[in-house]
Amino acid sequence: MTALLEMQGIRKRFGELVALDGVDLSVEERDVHALLGENGAGKSTLMNVLYGLYAPDGGRILLRGEDARIGGPRDAIARGIGMIHQHFMLIPPLTVTENVVLGDERTGALLDRRVIRERVRELQSRFGIEVDPDARVEDLPLGLQQRVEILKVLYRGSDLLVFDEPTAVLTPQEVDELFAIVRTLREQGKTVILITHKLREVFAVTDRITVLRLGRNAGSLVTSATTAGEIARLMVGRELRELRPRATAGSRDVVLEVTGLGALSDRGTPALLDVGLTVHAGEVLGIAGIGGNGQSELAECIMGLRRPTAGDMRIGGADVSRDGPRRTRAGGVCYVPEDRRREGLVLAFTVADNLILGKQAGPPYATFGVLDPQVIEREGALLAREFDVRPPNPLAIAGNLSGGNQQKVVLGRELSSSPRLIVVSQPSRGLDIAATEYVHDRLLEQRARGAAILLISSELDEIRALSDRIAVMYEGRIVATLPAAEATEERLGLLMAGHESAGAA
Amino acid sequence: MTVDMVIGASVLAATLRLAAPILLAALGGVISERAGVVNIALEGSMLVGAFVGIVAAEQTDSIVIGVAAAIIAGTLLAGIHAIAAIHWRSDQIVSGMALNILALGLTSYLNFQLYGTTGTPADVPDLPTVADQSILVWVSLALVPLTHLFLFGTVSGLRLRAVGEHPRAAETVGIGVRRVRYAAVLASGALAGLGGAYLSLSVAHSFTDGMTAGRGFIGLAAVIFGKWSPIGALVAALLFGYGNALSTSLQGATIGDTRVPVQLLGTLPYLLTILAVAGFVGRSRPPAADGVPYEKEGH
Ligand SMILES: Nc1ncnc2c1ncn2[C@@H]1O[C@H](COP(=O)(O)OP(=O)(O)O)[C@@H](O)[C@H]1O
Ligand SMILES: [Mg+2]
Repeated sequence: MTALLEMQGIRKRFGELVALDGVDLSVEERDVHALLGENGAGKSTLMNVLYGLYAPDGGRILLRGEDARIGGPRDAIARGIGMIHQHFMLIPPLTVTENVVLGDERTGALLDRRVIRERVRELQSRFGIEVDPDARVEDLPLGLQQRVEILKVLYRGSDLLVFDEPTAVLTPQEVDELFAIVRTLREQGKTVILITHKLREVFAVTDRITVLRLGRNAGSLVTSATTAGEIARLMVGRELRELRPRATAGSRDVVLEVTGLGALSDRGTPALLDVGLTVHAGEVLGIAGIGGNGQSELAECIMGLRRPTAGDMRIGGADVSRDGPRRTRAGGVCYVPEDRRREGLVLAFTVADNLILGKQAGPPYATFGVLDPQVIEREGALLAREFDVRPPNPLAIAGNLSGGNQQKVVLGRELSSSPRLIVVSQPSRGLDIAATEYVHDRLLEQRARGAAILLISSELDEIRALSDRIAVMYEGRIVATLPAAEATEERLGLLMAGHESAGAA
Repeated sequence: MTVDMVIGASVLAATLRLAAPILLAALGGVISERAGVVNIALEGSMLVGAFVGIVAAEQTDSIVIGVAAAIIAGTLLAGIHAIAAIHWRSDQIVSGMALNILALGLTSYLNFQLYGTTGTPADVPDLPTVADQSILVWVSLALVPLTHLFLFGTVSGLRLRAVGEHPRAAETVGIGVRRVRYAAVLASGALAGLGGAYLSLSVAHSFTDGMTAGRGFIGLAAVIFGKWSPIGALVAALLFGYGNALSTSLQGATIGDTRVPVQLLGTLPYLLTILAVAGFVGRSRPPAADGVPYEKEGH
């Protein structure tokens, strides 16, 4: 039996960087095939080549044993390849139906909305995919937007569906629903390629596995005949270590106390409603929740970047509700923002300049407002080495570093001042396993030193690995706060999806 | 000051007359920006349309050829903007502004070369009128529902809006982003050129240097004030036209002992637009990719 898809010796470079260095991929018909690898391994690039978005620099693609030249998405679609992109490719102000048929409307010049809606309805019932065909995409939660993407692909008659990290934005329940849809697809004769770096998901739905590492094949496996350990070893190229069990926090001094906090979003809608929480010295309080439920606004309020509309905030007993960011920081609070490229760093500056940002105004970095580049470079070099920034060159431009090393620069700047409160948001977003381990180690080190840590993350694994207590945010409220031991994944998932009753133990 | 001066038949007729060119530019702006390209060269397209319309009509003695030539001229200027903005991905404001300056210089120079100091000949053929208004006024009004239908009721319109909101998404479903954008920018130039023909052939019966006097810009203001919709653009154009009509009608009028400050009325469109942009007239949100050059990935 020939495979449905054979990709052979695919090469792709981006300037200097070799993203794919002769990668092979073979996918059997009616299989769910996992494409695994760390961030930057080349998974998305490989799939973009398959979909015709990137022109490969070498290699060939066979579909059902025949040479297939794919010059663009149009060719890919015509050959029955469909892609559910990592960043959804939907037009927010258009309706579900419009998004599904866009580019392949089949209605003549005038758009016959009744006909296209009917077609979308049929598709929905055949594959058991529920979503209101007349809703505007921008009004839908991400889980439903993803269904629109799936419908789009099915509408075009795809036999081979590529899902690029489909679960990154979903709640655990939404993930289960997605996998139910994937199983239906397989039953209906479709073939699926599932990109992920979460091992649990691999075992939940896939039949076979291809692992990439640094743009090369690291291994091909049959899911039923392998183990999580083996896969992880292939992905990372070494053994993973377990997170060490932690001593419980010693001191119980309250560092951060927030009561009745309210705030508006950028759009002027309520973002925080009556939020109350405390974080003790030597404790990590995890804030779980799907992105966009007020977490960003909470962090900004605490940092003095957003003016609260109600409530009050105390740090070490002192009222900081009206402090701006400078005063907040002066009080021993540091911040690792969720978007390091936009808020954490000035990408065009050097590593050294980024490392002293915020401290630049006074000695030893400046005298009478004039910077001393030698001191800055020397201090930058020290910190870069201490925080394992690679390359450890203080004069490297921050924008050219990898995500993990950019995050190390942010950590270096923020943690080096021995803060008493650390607000961290999505600290491992976009980082690979090794960099994530590094970040987690550093945070736990701060915890052991006695810092209070408010950890905001939409990664449940991260929250559960680091937190002493876990608060769940939903629609601007904290719907429950649980000790880590009681916070099972299922319970957190339900709370994140707004089922408040799950909070009652 | 009398009631007639404010809402009399002559004021309303003047409103339509003054609104038409603004409306044509605005419809062009709506189409172009809905596709994601800001075309401030509409002012220039209008000006070359006005000039070439007069020249062609005068040379051939045909009003139809005059209008057609104006449309083509406006389209060509927009074509340069399209190449700059879409192919070269240059800054759309800079390119548009440069073309406006080019259009002003070129038409003024050619006007002098062709007609010297005597001005354009007075014997150009006239445009037909219907119900005391130039036929082009009615054409511009008819274009409002047509543009609306095009944008919201046709396959091409759906694709055009998709390109203006999220070009990469549009490309992934096989829509040619650049082609759609070229077509939209060219169409906007054609509409502005028609507006120019109206100004020179129907209103002034002559060409004078810089005669569009910012109407293309006011058209762009109408795009924003009208929230990127053809019907909104109509409302805005009528409002701005009415402001203009008032400032003529109230010339020398007094309220009590105070003279009405008509010059201030002329600033009305800009004030209203600033209010619209600031969000005082409901939320005004441009297409998400408006003015953002589109670059294919990985090629
Ligand atoms: N458009 C691009 N331009 C330059 N580099 C890119 C581009 N897309 C991906 N890369 C680089 O190629 C490598 C592989 O990326 P990607 O395929 O996205 O990895 P994955 O999806 O496995 O996380 C990374 O180092 C990434 O930075
Ligand atoms: Mg990827």
